[in-house]
Amino acid sequence: MDYPGEHLVPGQLGHFCVTLSMVSSLVAAVAYFVSTRSSNIQDAHGWKRLGRWAFGVSGISVLTVFASLLYVVATHKFEYYYAYEHSSRSLSPKYLLSCIWEGQEGSFLLWSIWNIVLGCALMRTSKQWEAPVMGVMSTMQAMLATMVLGVYVFGFQIGKNPFLLTREFFRNAPIFNLPDYMSQASMQDGQGLNQLLQNYWMVIHPPILFLGFASTIVPFAYAIAGLLTKKFGGWTKQALPWTLFSACILGTGIMMGAAWAYESLTFGGYWAWDPVENASLVPWLVLIAGLHTQVVYNATGHSLRATYFFHILTFSLILYASYLTKSGDLQDTSVHSFANSGTNWQLRIFILLFFLPAIGLFIKRYKQIPFIAKEESSYSREFWMFIGSLVFFLTSIFIATATSLPVINKVFHTSFAIGNDAAFAYNKIIIFIAIVIGLLTAIAQYLRYKLTPAKYFTSKILLPSIIAVVLSTLISVFGGIHYDKYGIGFLAAIHGALFAAVYAVVANATYIRTALHGKLKAAGGSVAHIGFGLMLVGILISSSKKEVLSFNTTGIPLELGGNENPLENITLIKSLETDMGKYHTTYINSDSTDASGNMMYFKINFKQKNKQEEFTLYPNLIKNTKGQEGFSNNPDSRHYWNKDIFSYISYADNMDRRTDTAQYRSYALNVHDTVYYSNGFIVLNGVEHNPVNDKFRFTPSDTALMADVKVVSKEGYTYQARPVFYVEDNQGKYLVDTVYAQNLAIGFSKVLDNRKIELQVKESNKLVPFVSLKVYEFPFIGVLWVGTIIMIVGFAMSTVRRIRMNRALKSVA
Amino acid sequence: MKKLHIILLIFIALSIATLISFMGNLSTYETIASAKQKEGKVVTIIARLDNSQPMTYDPLKNPNYLSFHVVDTVGNRAQVVYHYEKPYDMEKAERIVLKGKMSGNVFDITSKDGILIKCPSKYKDDPRSASNNLSQN
Repeated sequence: MDYPGEHLVPGQLGHFCVTLSMVSSLVAAVAYFVSTRSSNIQDAHGWKRLGRWAFGVSGISVLTVFASLLYVVATHKFEYYYAYEHSSRSLSPKYLLSCIWEGQEGSFLLWSIWNIVLGCALMRTSKQWEAPVMGVMSTMQAMLATMVLGVYVFGFQIGKNPFLLTREFFRNAPIFNLPDYMSQASMQDGQGLNQLLQNYWMVIHPPILFLGFASTIVPFAYAIAGLLTKKFGGWTKQALPWTLFSACILGTGIMMGAAWAYESLTFGGYWAWDPVENASLVPWLVLIAGLHTQVVYNATGHSLRATYFFHILTFSLILYASYLTKSGDLQDTSVHSFANSGTNWQLRIFILLFFLPAIGLFIKRYKQIPFIAKEESSYSREFWMFIGSLVFFLTSIFIATATSLPVINKVFHTSFAIGNDAAFAYNKIIIFIAIVIGLLTAIAQYLRYKLTPAKYFTSKILLPSIIAVVLSTLISVFGGIHYDKYGIGFLAAIHGALFAAVYAVVANATYIRTALHGKLKAAGGSVAHIGFGLMLVGILISSSKKEVLSFNTTGIPLELGGNENPLENITLIKSLETDMGKYHTTYINSDSTDASGNMMYFKINFKQKNKQEEFTLYPNLIKNTKGQEGFSNNPDSRHYWNKDIFSYISYADNMDRRTDTAQYRSYALNVHDTVYYSNGFIVLNGVEHNPVNDKFRFTPSDTALMADVKVVSKEGYTYQARPVFYVEDNQGKYLVDTVYAQNLAIGFSKVLDNRKIELQVKESNKLVPFVSLKVYEFPFIGVLWVGTIIMIVGFAMSTVRRIRMNRALKSVA
Repeated sequence: MKKLHIILLIFIALSIATLISFMGNLSTYETIASAKQKEGKVVTIIARLDNSQPMTYDPLKNPNYLSFHVVDTVGNRAQVVYHYEKPYDMEKAERIVLKGKMSGNVFDITSKDGILIKCPSKYKDDPRSASNNLSQN
């Protein structure tokens, strides 16, 4: 059948290029590996040239694929499922790229592009290591291409084709029997981008994170190159900038994810030990371990075997992370719901294809890898660096195990789950690791490689130790950290960790001054350590002093038993100032001013009780996309230099678009007559002519009557209502009065005979506009972000310095 | 014995201790019936909303009290009380993962992350509804 209106060219071009990319990168992989094995220099060179060409072709193909997909999404070609599922016409162009990485296909494409970029950089810089390193890169390139291939072989799906047509996806939908389906109304717009991804962090976080993911292959590839060529220790200097780069970018990507979580999710923080977060943290920890052992090997010749092991593991764990987040195995443990995409077995093979040969080769060559029989001195830097790496490695095992419980359950048919306080299950163990790591970070720098004279060490470490003790004691005593929710032991551990973190910062700062004499060029490591220490300080203070501000203090009696109930939400009635701890808060109004009408802002005013300060927050709700009803939450924060006030809407009455179906009922009443309503009764106390009081100012020339109504609830509370009937322009009009606390609206609608009046009474729970709000205070969260930035800068400094050192080495040789 | 070996042994001992303490706090997946057997112990239940019973959430009176009923996979029913705000789109959940403990006949959740809602992605899980949607007009 012919379907007018379809644009099939970009899809055909894209799919052709996917296939071309896969084939050419396979050619490149074979050529490079043959070149590695070939003993004839002429041959090796020839094969290498072929490899380069083939990799280049693969690169151009991937870029074409990406461009085609971008074109399809940007020009709203909804005949393509990817555009239909992930974008819509109303989407702001700045989120176009986010559409591409919303789906699994797009994220693999992104990975693929970074792999190409890294490969091209390696082609230029890896010199004699090019053939084996690029062999690994090309293999990866081929595997990534299969993830977007989308073909079926013997009923098995290989990859997902991003250029699948909508009519191919929904095969049985009757609409596609129409040749002119493209002109049907339902094909004119797509499902839209997930509302939570419509955030600037989500434009930048995935590319950075995927660059981090992609870059972990470089140290891995060098390690494989070392094992293949049996030049075991030759690559570590050349690869060090790559390891640093990878640690830097992966760390940045993870922390950007944390920043996004902090800004747009509602678990009240930047980190929740969510499996998806853990999945990328675990390889980073192992990478840091590998980085340190690699530095140790370069300086002393120790720890080469560990370096191999860590680099192989890091990359395998990256692949495992990709499996965890995409397989759907984590559905019951993660807030990020990833559906099973039907390519699970392929993802598993992906991991094993790299892990098994690598670890096999490592075991086979293990004995041949050079090592130093003489043990490191306990007064040497390398010894303690190795211990630190080991701690990082064990930490990663712990987090990986806890995160993998669903996988473990699947394999061993068990049914374990983390208890109802997941964060504490991690924190109670991580806190002790933080102490150890903090101390090691502080002390190890002051030890020299090989052997440190005890006198040198003690004289240098004395000053920073004293400063750290004083500083952290000051924080502990005056910082007001009394986090006793988990008992005194945990509180003590927090203070211990705080000392270790402060010590790490101070010791590394003084190290730059005293040992490096302020030479910043060489201080990348110390700068990164300062940043890491500050991150720890920020994490410890902001989490242990995190405060719920929105305790329910409205005085509305609660029907709750028990005393441990966390009452973390406060209800604010529109324009009614409410007491909330340190603040008076008022819900001013709500507005959906956003052009697309997809966002609903709530203007909440905060007035500090003691001070004059006043500010407004706009937490908002974003309408769900993809045909789902309802809203998603988008918090808003007020940033101070020393704290954040963080708030989000936990319930808003206008979230339900139910209209008010309650009806007014009329009653004819004499003075002192009584009417019952569901929660009590109403008494008409009297009727006043042209009243003058705190609410109304009528003059004797007006014609107005005010009913004085008493409302008595069955709990015994009494309220007053004063509806008014008046004449204006010869017409009778009336003003309704409301008793919010009883959901009552009362109107005085008519004057009847026999001194009776007609009252209109409505009971409705839709009378009062209100929101339920949650407000947290995060003290010193800025320290975490500043620390993160300093750490990243430190990594970058080190990377640049190591590249320079390598160049200098070469020019000497 | 080298001191590295000693340290390794210490680390292994610590890891085992960690593992045991961690395992000790793990809960298990249960059904409502088996959770009743373990009253007071934190367990994880996978269930779906029982639509025949009313859901109570009146934020105007108390934004920190949500009560609803669930049916587990074998058809047992229980009331659930959650002391936080009602998760969005709760009504549309096809599956709810609950972490809490039974007290009497009520499943009590005292941790904010004690509810995990799994909403069906309308188009992924039910292609028929998608095609219906496409075929309207």
